Amino acid sequence: MSTVAEATRARARPVSRGRWLRRSPVGRFVTKVPFWLLIAVIFVYALFPFYWAIRSAFTPDGEQFKTPIDYFPKHPTWANFREALSASTFQHALINSTIVAGAVTLISLAIGSLAAYALGRFRFRGKSAVLYLMLSMTIFPQIAILGALYTMINDFHLYDTLGALILSYMIFTLPFTVWVLTSFMRGLPGDLEEAAYVDGATPLQVFYKVLLPLIAPGLVTTGLLAFIAAWNEYLYALSFIQTPNHYTVPLSITTFVGKSGSTFQQPWGQIMAATVIVTLPLITATLILQRRILAGLTAGAVKG
Amino acid sequence: MLLLPALAVVGFVAIYPLGKTIYYSFTNQEFLAGIEPTKWVGLRNYRELWHDSIFRTAIWTTIKFTLITVGFEFVLGMIIALVVNSNFRGRGAMRAVMLVPWAIPTVVAAQMWKWMFDDVYGVINDAGVRLHLLSHSRAWISEPGTALASVCAVDIWKTTPFVALLLLAGLQVIPRDLYEAASVDGASKLQQFWRITLPLLRPAILVTLIFRTLDALRVFDVFYVFFGNRPDTQTMAIYDQATIVGDGHVGYGSAVSVAIFLIIGLFVVIYVTFMRVTEE
Repeated sequence: MSTVAEATRARARPVSRGRWLRRSPVGRFVTKVPFWLLIAVIFVYALFPFYWAIRSAFTPDGEQFKTPIDYFPKHPTWANFREALSASTFQHALINSTIVAGAVTLISLAIGSLAAYALGRFRFRGKSAVLYLMLSMTIFPQIAILGALYTMINDFHLYDTLGALILSYMIFTLPFTVWVLTSFMRGLPGDLEEAAYVDGATPLQVFYKVLLPLIAPGLVTTGLLAFIAAWNEYLYALSFIQTPNHYTVPLSITTFVGKSGSTFQQPWGQIMAATVIVTLPLITATLILQRRILAGLTAGAVKG
Repeated sequence: MLLLPALAVVGFVAIYPLGKTIYYSFTNQEFLAGIEPTKWVGLRNYRELWHDSIFRTAIWTTIKFTLITVGFEFVLGMIIALVVNSNFRGRGAMRAVMLVPWAIPTVVAAQMWKWMFDDVYGVINDAGVRLHLLSHSRAWISEPGTALASVCAVDIWKTTPFVALLLLAGLQVIPRDLYEAASVDGASKLQQFWRITLPLLRPAILVTLIFRTLDALRVFDVFYVFFGNRPDTQTMAIYDQATIVGDGHVGYGSAVSVAIFLIIGLFVVIYVTFMRVTEE
């Protein structure tokens, strides 16, 4: 606890120092240094692991597995990329993941936009119940229904097929799509719709011709988020898929043996090449749609 | 009418299986039929679960993981959000950079860090020894003392920027004139933070914390990539998956599922009551 005298002394000093720091150019520079240092630390922290994946992907095995390690590849090579891409499991995985994530995204958008239309533009009984249901589904723990899904998928003879994944991924993509698209639908002004109704359009025509084009940006963002979620899923893929040729990307990345098939040392160079290959498109798409994704994410989370 | 497809899908892939899971949890259902006829066993699964020490360890591991990661992500995320919220050149680039860890699939991020944590050729050991932070290389992932910390590091790296972005969205809604008025009245930066920023950010903070907590409680990917089914580092979700898919004990695994569901529900109740209480 400080006395009054101490408090006044303590207050007196920072003011004069603060004035000096604010007024003189040198002072201004000095106050900025910790700030930029902090920015630099955040920057390095966020990007270093990704940099490390890239550097390891370009480092030949001979340099990869020796100490002390190099922080930049001395003899950069595409060999790891070539080998990763020529591994047939990985090729299949890229195709499988594209099929699964693409199908899940399209189905979710189709069904979800219809539901969002109803929830965002009409008043009816039980509407808030449906909205709450969708919201609670977005935080639903997928593990909670693993047992039942497992037997269901087996009963439908979907075990070890991509169909099993397309079906089960709906659990997390659809409620999310409905929730975010509803918030987009709500944001549209009502006049356009009314004008169309006056001209004799049916609700479905209004949906296709007026509303859908207007929320196209929302569809792209929501679609990308759903795609990423499906592309990244691991638990169900691990549980419902057995044959390596049916692996999705996350499965193949965690079971990578590489071409040489050495079991002694994991082929980290190739694994890192594979991780770069699968993340680069995601990062590119994310950066292009940066602003919209932020809007979509905050609509999905903060409005809860 | 328009809702029908969506409701049908949700009902079929989520609500029906949830009901089925609850039903299974009272039976001795096995994945491979014919081992034993499936029959109603009442509360037997739950009684066994109560004395299941592996599951108890898994609960503790999960809760420790949740407290550590959510705590770090919140504090670091808040610092980053405050820094990025101030006006400076390159703010847009900074925000873009923050999306990079978020866009990387969890499994991929786990692999990247597993390689960085490598006991012989890992960059963390190398940098640590070079900077004299470490006296010798360590096997971060396999040593019991650092195993949990190493998975937490991955999650904190991947999710902190996301937390920061959510908080940043909340920060940007706070009107600037409030701060101006406060500095005219002589309030220090710290006072401004406690008296203006924190109270106004409350809704964003609570929502972020709830989402992160629920997410952390069902953690699976990072632990599985790092440890597989290693018993001392299982989470609730990993134990459940191993019971159902690995061992085929659908009935018992379903009881585990219901327990996980209830534990997560308990956290939701705690948060909601906390929100109600502090609002008054």
